[in-house]
Amino acid sequence: MAIFVPFLYKGFRHIHTGWFVLVLPLVLFIYLLQFLPIGGPMETLEYTIPWVPSLGINFTIYLDGLSLLFALLITGIGTLVVLYSIYYIANKKDEPLNNFYVYLLMFMGAMLGVVLSDNLIVIYVFWELTSLASSLLIAYWFHKEKSRYGAQKSMLITVTGGFAMLAGFCLLYIMADSFSIREIIAQADVIIQSPLFVPAMLLVLLGAFTKSAQFPFHIWLPDAMEAPTPVSAYLHSATMVKAGIYLVARLTPVFGGAQEWFWLLTGFGLMTLIWGSVSAIRQTDLKAILAFSTISQLGLIMSLLGLGSAAVHYDYADVEMLYATATLAAVFHLINHATFKGSLFMIVGIVDHETGTRDIRRLGGLMTIMPITFTISLIGVASMAGLPPFNGFLSKEMFFTGVLNATTLDIFNVQTFGFLFPVIAWVASVFTFVYCMIMFFRTFTGKYQPEKLEKKAHEAPIGLLISPIVLASLVVIFGLFPNLLAYTIIEPTMQSILPNILDEGERFYVNIYHWHGLNTELFMTAGVVMFGMLVFLNLKRWQEATFFLKERDPLNAIYDNGLDGLIAGSKRVTNVQLTGLLRDYFAYSMVFIILLLGWTIFKYDAFAIDLTNVAPISPYLWIITLVMIATTISIPFINHRVTAIIAVGVIGFLLALLFVVFRAPDLALTQLLVETVMVVLFLLCFYHLPELRKESFKPTFKMTNLVISIGMGAIVTIIALSAHAMRHAEGFDRISRFFEENSASLAGGYNMVNVVLVDFRAIDTLLEVLVLGIAALGIVSLVKLKVKGGQDV
Amino acid sequence: MEILMIILVGVIVSVSTYLLLTKSLLRVVLGIMLLSHAAHLLFITLAGLKEGAPPLLGEEAASYADPLPQALVLTAIVIGFGVTAFLLVLSYQTYKAHKTDDLDKLRGSADE
Repeated sequence: MAIFVPFLYKGFRHIHTGWFVLVLPLVLFIYLLQFLPIGGPMETLEYTIPWVPSLGINFTIYLDGLSLLFALLITGIGTLVVLYSIYYIANKKDEPLNNFYVYLLMFMGAMLGVVLSDNLIVIYVFWELTSLASSLLIAYWFHKEKSRYGAQKSMLITVTGGFAMLAGFCLLYIMADSFSIREIIAQADVIIQSPLFVPAMLLVLLGAFTKSAQFPFHIWLPDAMEAPTPVSAYLHSATMVKAGIYLVARLTPVFGGAQEWFWLLTGFGLMTLIWGSVSAIRQTDLKAILAFSTISQLGLIMSLLGLGSAAVHYDYADVEMLYATATLAAVFHLINHATFKGSLFMIVGIVDHETGTRDIRRLGGLMTIMPITFTISLIGVASMAGLPPFNGFLSKEMFFTGVLNATTLDIFNVQTFGFLFPVIAWVASVFTFVYCMIMFFRTFTGKYQPEKLEKKAHEAPIGLLISPIVLASLVVIFGLFPNLLAYTIIEPTMQSILPNILDEGERFYVNIYHWHGLNTELFMTAGVVMFGMLVFLNLKRWQEATFFLKERDPLNAIYDNGLDGLIAGSKRVTNVQLTGLLRDYFAYSMVFIILLLGWTIFKYDAFAIDLTNVAPISPYLWIITLVMIATTISIPFINHRVTAIIAVGVIGFLLALLFVVFRAPDLALTQLLVETVMVVLFLLCFYHLPELRKESFKPTFKMTNLVISIGMGAIVTIIALSAHAMRHAEGFDRISRFFEENSASLAGGYNMVNVVLVDFRAIDTLLEVLVLGIAALGIVSLVKLKVKGGQDV
Repeated sequence: MEILMIILVGVIVSVSTYLLLTKSLLRVVLGIMLLSHAAHLLFITLAGLKEGAPPLLGEEAASYADPLPQALVLTAIVIGFGVTAFLLVLSYQTYKAHKTDDLDKLRGSADE
């Protein structure tokens, strides 16, 4: 579908492209609705397309309660967001709409892929696709510096987490020998015994935490607010950031029973919750407030999933249900958050659209000007703050129940720190309440200040309002009739998250009725409201504290400095190492050769010297050798270039002499000829040297060079000696007997070397001739082609 | 005899390594030449330097020197010659283009 969008865009210029796009999520949503179990147990759907069967990677679609919940959220909110964006990005001429809808559909498809796949590798592929699509959407206005910064940041953070997650998946595969989630869950008992259990868990959680903006990886989310508002509403509140939540919920049956899982999820979740809610108060931008609020709510859901995992640990039905409440609260709040946060983002978009600013210091008094917007935002904000009769109230009550239940846990050392759970949760709720009030009162009440606004504020067109109205009515409906959700979707979802604690044929029986009765949770909520009011009224004093003056999250400094440091560090490393001098690279490779060979010889104790098998030395050989050694050593000390060349020539001629001694007439002949030609060539070269530096051939002495060269010589000597000593150790006879016996009879030649060259191993000779030919051609072209110098020096 | 030759090879390798690490392009080429000499000598040496007749069947001797390494070294000499000749002409053209022999001055590119 995404492929066709540009064609539709080009083909039908006069119709907004979004209308064509709208059909797809709507149809999907309706299609998915029919899977809702109304009255009966959840039917699961399974469909497999082989992808890489040899590796066990198949494109398996598996639909159960959890997948269905997410898929409904994705398609449902997707439909509303597309509808909203049709009116939001109304200016057809200026905006590249085709890009927008291509990315959006790509994201939607990827997200559906994440939640519907049963295969870990397929999940990973779609996971990265969501990261990619999200970055593209954040940088939609790519001419803006901040958009690009935000996109890069979110990409770096989520992809880092994605890689960690891939590693975790691979560890899971090693443990369970399958990429299928259901098969892995079936082997949960085996996996928990494995030593790879904790590393796999940490890596997978790293992926989930980065994606779901948990502390301290939440910093990308506020910067992702540079995206168009429909994108923020869709990706950064309702869907993508919940991918991590989905993953955690999905893998709870695998990791759930473990103490580390419980503490990591609960700890990081609560930390995120309080950090996000406190940070939200400092913001002056509506979208930034919402971003931090999203972070904090995600932390809430994450911690609830952690608390709920304790249920896996118990065997008694009653106790299980007590802790499973936390899971119930997580699922319920997940739905609620998607509804009210989506509507709030859309509201902010409307305010921005109609007034030209999102800054709460410039807004105010919009209540009478934008009554519908005002009503919707009242519902959303009240639900977010956790006030009755909206759905946020119910999930917040359940959240308190969850944390209170957790204090009664007698496992995982909860007794020691368990009392912190409700305290943190309560404090965070107070802050949540405060930023909700800020958002609401600073925007809609107070004095209307038209002189600060770029546009004349007025009510939004009805098209923009449809989607938030739908979402807000859902907030109210779920608030008043929560059991509508309970039977249809929450029960099967809980069954997916906690499959092990149910007996055969049993179902979760969820009934959200806790909303009357004077219990601790209600008093906690009352306290939240009271203290929230107090804090809000004294906000002026609070905001003078230094912590609140900083608009940006202090953790951004770590990220920014880290990134800069990384770049500077790699530059420094590169500058030290890549000098551009040929000598240095020679030196690197030689040092490496010396070290590697030396280490190998030392390690295997390979040095050997064999003096028995050597031929006797005749006196004239001594003379030749000594002369050669002397000449060789003298070469580096020769200042005059001609002398150096002649010295090398001397060595070549002496080598020819050695060949004579070693009974190799052909070699001697060739060596003589080649050496002669070479010296001539060298002298030719020398003749053309630059005039100025003709005789100035001062070799500079360097200690390191000396050490390297001596080491090189020594290592070659040692290896040669050892090889010589080992030569007869294995009892291999030389194959030259064959040449001796058959040269005459098979090839009809008496010079064995020549017979080998042209008859037995003639291909070598052929290619050697080819080498000479290439060298000759190369030389000719070098001489003929005029080289233009001076450009790269 | 082999031990002595091996030591000789070691010395030549040391010196050629030293030459490779110097600044002058000409000396680098000299180093390469020396290194190929060392390699050839090592090749012959490790095949065994026992006395014997040259590998000519007409000699009617009891034992011959090994013909195979000789054939291989012959190939290597010719290839080394080709490569060195090319290198020499290349460095000659480098002089002509850049008027310098100093590798330090030949480093780098404009966009570094």
